This record gives sequence, structure tokens and C-alpha cells, in this order.
Amino acid sequence: MRDVSVIGIGITKFGELWDMSLRELGLKTGLAAISDAGITSKDIDALYIGNMAAGSTLQQEHVSALIADYCGLTSQNVPATRVEAASASGGLAIRQAYMAISGGFIDVAVVGGAEKMTDVSDSESSYTVSMGSDEQWESQAGATFASLHAMIAQSHMDEFGTSREELSAVSEKNHYHASMNPMAQFPFQINGDAVSNSGMVSSPLRMLDCAPNSDGGAAVVLCATEKAKKFKKKGVRIIGSGQASDTLSLHHREHINRLPAIGIAAKRAFKSCGKKASDIDLIEVHDNFTISEIIALEEIGIFKRGKAAVMSLNGETRLGGKIAVNTSGGLKARGHAPGATGIAQIIEIVQQLRGEAGDRQVEGAKIGMTENHGGTAATAVVHILEAE
Amino acid sequence: MSVPRFWRELDSRYNLIGSYCKITRTYHYPKRSFNPDAGRDSIGNMVDYQFKGTGKIINSTVVHQAQTGYEMFGPYCMAIIELEEGPRITSQIVDYEPEAVKPGMKVKSVFRKLGEDSESGILHYGTKFIIDEVQEEDDDDNDNLPDVEL
Repeated sequence: MRDVSVIGIGITKFGELWDMSLRELGLKTGLAAISDAGITSKDIDALYIGNMAAGSTLQQEHVSALIADYCGLTSQNVPATRVEAASASGGLAIRQAYMAISGGFIDVAVVGGAEKMTDVSDSESSYTVSMGSDEQWESQAGATFASLHAMIAQSHMDEFGTSREELSAVSEKNHYHASMNPMAQFPFQINGDAVSNSGMVSSPLRMLDCAPNSDGGAAVVLCATEKAKKFKKKGVRIIGSGQASDTLSLHHREHINRLPAIGIAAKRAFKSCGKKASDIDLIEVHDNFTISEIIALEEIGIFKRGKAAVMSLNGETRLGGKIAVNTSGGLKARGHAPGATGIAQIIEIVQQLRGEAGDRQVEGAKIGMTENHGGTAATAVVHILEAE
Repeated sequence: MSVPRFWRELDSRYNLIGSYCKITRTYHYPKRSFNPDAGRDSIGNMVDYQFKGTGKIINSTVVHQAQTGYEMFGPYCMAIIELEEGPRITSQIVDYEPEAVKPGMKVKSVFRKLGEDSESGILHYGTKFIIDEVQEEDDDDNDNLPDVEL
């Protein structure tokens, strides 16, 4: 097992990128990442692509070869692999590259995530997102992706007394962080009342509880730490990685207000590097809905079960609070382009650990964590990163 | 949904057919030929079982932004239901004020149209649930009532 470092990053602004195709997103972010790393295409041993839905939204599968081709990597026949696990596709692509490098099979990999969600109508993109849950026994029965999270939220409210105000505080905080992130889709502040009074999507979740379905691209260069010295960039080391799965359908779980795969993936990641929740300085969690951020923080053990919501309202998850959560703006305000999201999370942590996060810099940040999940957390991927 | 796929799922959708595992003596919905709790021993020991269609609400939500194909229902209630035999399913609750559906309420299955014409031209029918007000909250053994929905 070898240490692995992130030595280059590249990201687009997330949003309605109607002038950009999937292949351009891959090229633009990939080039940015290898320029940042100071490597050339000849140094690349493998390409991993996180993408959830090109088949549904673009009628294009085989996007690993597509992106390798348009990035000029097919002239060297670089092996290219697509990784898909709904919204966890990006995080899982990182993990595949991490394992391949750590295991000694390759030295340098580019991991790119790209997604085009706005080439189709809102109803089509919403249906595509719901394919991350059980299409046959949830979506076809009438359950939207939001409605499943609405039941998770309602159940959390019933058991722990989580309030409307507390959910709104999560969204308000993520917009506040996004207002300092030039790459965010929604780089502006909103107040909690605006969240509480936004249109109902599926009770109790409202429009501003929900992350958008965005276009976007993100790419990183991973390198065996021992080989990274010859490249110019000071790396950020991936010290822990964990993954877990769960039932695809929410209704097959014992507790519908929990997302246990997140906790198990986190436990595995902590175990792999001997760290614990209290060692983490900042974290990017998968807030596809406000309730998801609250439950993720509880599953990981940042807060006790039933306490994350009140901590959020008290400002403990805000920049300057006990732990900065989603300094990028999270899925809610940075935007959520499924295949790219997990990679964008890694990029935020790398920027923070390099001390390059500008106004949203977490002072003295040494250890950061990412939590990325697919569907109702039927796949969860967690990474822990440390400044070198 | 494609015609072969809908045809393959007819039994489960129309008649609430699931599985009974002879090893663990537990019920499963939808049909499975393998019970994860029993492992390999369960293969060949899973038999078809038609659920009674009675159960209770675990949790529910009122969907304002409808799922594709469900736009005609307006705000509608989706719920996770625990069937009397144990397994849980996700289904629409019909013929009741959506906001008034609460955890613990008794429900029973009805046969309804699931969605509009599909692209392939077939209508989708299947199981939904209604609030079973006839049945008393704490009277689980009362099976003498006429089954008005059939």
C-alpha cells in the first residue's frame, strides 16, 4: 500500500452550461488539472471518469472513451474507465484511482467527473436523478427523489424534533459559503425565512432545501506520493478512504431517518488512517437535501444523533464555528452535477488544505473529509485528506 | 416502461405477489428468488405468496412536484407502508386528504391505474393503498369485515 497525493485540480463553474458539451467539460477540467499538477499527458497512466447519466440525458454511453479521445489520450491508448454509482459516481471514481495507485498498479491517474443535466427538461432530469433509487419499486410507484428525502426528513422531525428553522439554517449557511466561492452556481446569500417560505416540493421539503440538477465538470490528478516529488505541486495526501453499500430502496431499511452506509464508510475511512471525527477540521458532505447534511454529520459522528440540526442552527457548522461544513457552498449552492460532485468536494478540501480558498479559507486547516453518496445512500464514499 | 418489462412485473404489481422464505419463515416484497438473510440455502425455498394487502403507514409526504406520469394526481400522498406480514413498500395513498395521512394509520390495497399511457401505448395498472377507516386502530384480529374494495 502506497501513499497517494492529489497534485492537481481543475473545475468549472456549475450551472446551466448550455454552451458546453460533456466532452468539453472533460477536456477543460482535465487540462486545468494537469496544468496545475505540472505534468504532461505522457505522465498519465490511467483515466477514470465519474458520470451518472450520459445515457439518459445525452443518449451517449461509453463516455470514458469519449473523454479520453477528446482529451488526446487515445493517441497513447491510455486506459479509460467510467465509474457509475448515481450521485456518488465522482467520489467512487476517486476511490478506484486511489486503490489502483495505492496498490502499485499505476503511478499517475486523472480522475474527471462530468455531467450534463440541463440538456433535458426539468422533469426528465428529475426522473434521471430518481433512477439512483429503486426505479422499479419507488420511482414507478410515484415517489420522486425529493419525496423519499421528504419522508426521511419527516421521520427525523418526528423522532428528534428537528424543526423547519433548523433545516433552513443548513441552506442559509451553504449559500453564505457559496457567496465566497467564485465557482459556485448560486454565489449569493439567502436568509432562513426565504428557505422556509419557498415553494413546497414534497412536504416538509421546500424548493430551497433541494440541490439543483446542474451541468459541471471537475478533475483531479492523483499520484503516488513517492513519485510526486518530481512534479512541481505540493500535494495534499489522501490518508483515508472508505466505501459502503445499503439497500437500494429506502423502505427496506430498519430506520428511514438514518443513512447507515455513510457511517460505515466513514468508520472504514477513519480506520484506514487511524483518525477520528474530532480530528477533522472541515468537511464537505452530500447535501442533496438539507436533511441529508444533518444526517450525514450524525452518521459520521461529527455530532451525536439528533443533535446536528440544532448545531446547524447555532452556527456550529458555519465558517468559524466548531467545524466548517460545505465551505464550497455544498450541493445546494455550489451546485450538483452528479458525476462531478464527488470530485468537486475533493477539490474544495485540496484548496482549503493548500490555503488557497480565499475568503472562505478555514484558518489552520490540516485535515479535511469528503462524504459523497448515491441514491438514498445506497452507496456512500468517504475520503480523508491531510495537508503535506 | 417497455411491454416485456411491464408483463414480467404484472403479478407483483397487480396481485401483490411476493415471496415467502421457507428457511427463515419471513415474507418478502417484491418477489425474490434469494433471501439475503438466509443466503444460499434460500434458493429453491422461496415460494410465491399473495399478500393480504393490509398494513399501516410508517411515514408519508405530500408530493407537490409530481413524478413523471403522475402529474394528473395534483398534490398526492406517497407513503412507506408496512404490510401486515412484515415487508415495507412505497406506494401512493389515494381517496384521502393527503395532508391528513399520518404514521400508524391502517391501510389496505386497491387496484388502480398507475400512470398515463406510456410511450409504448399501454396503460399501467397496479396496486395503491387507501386508508382503511373501517378497521379499528388496535383491533388487529378483526377479519370479519366485508372487503368492500374487491
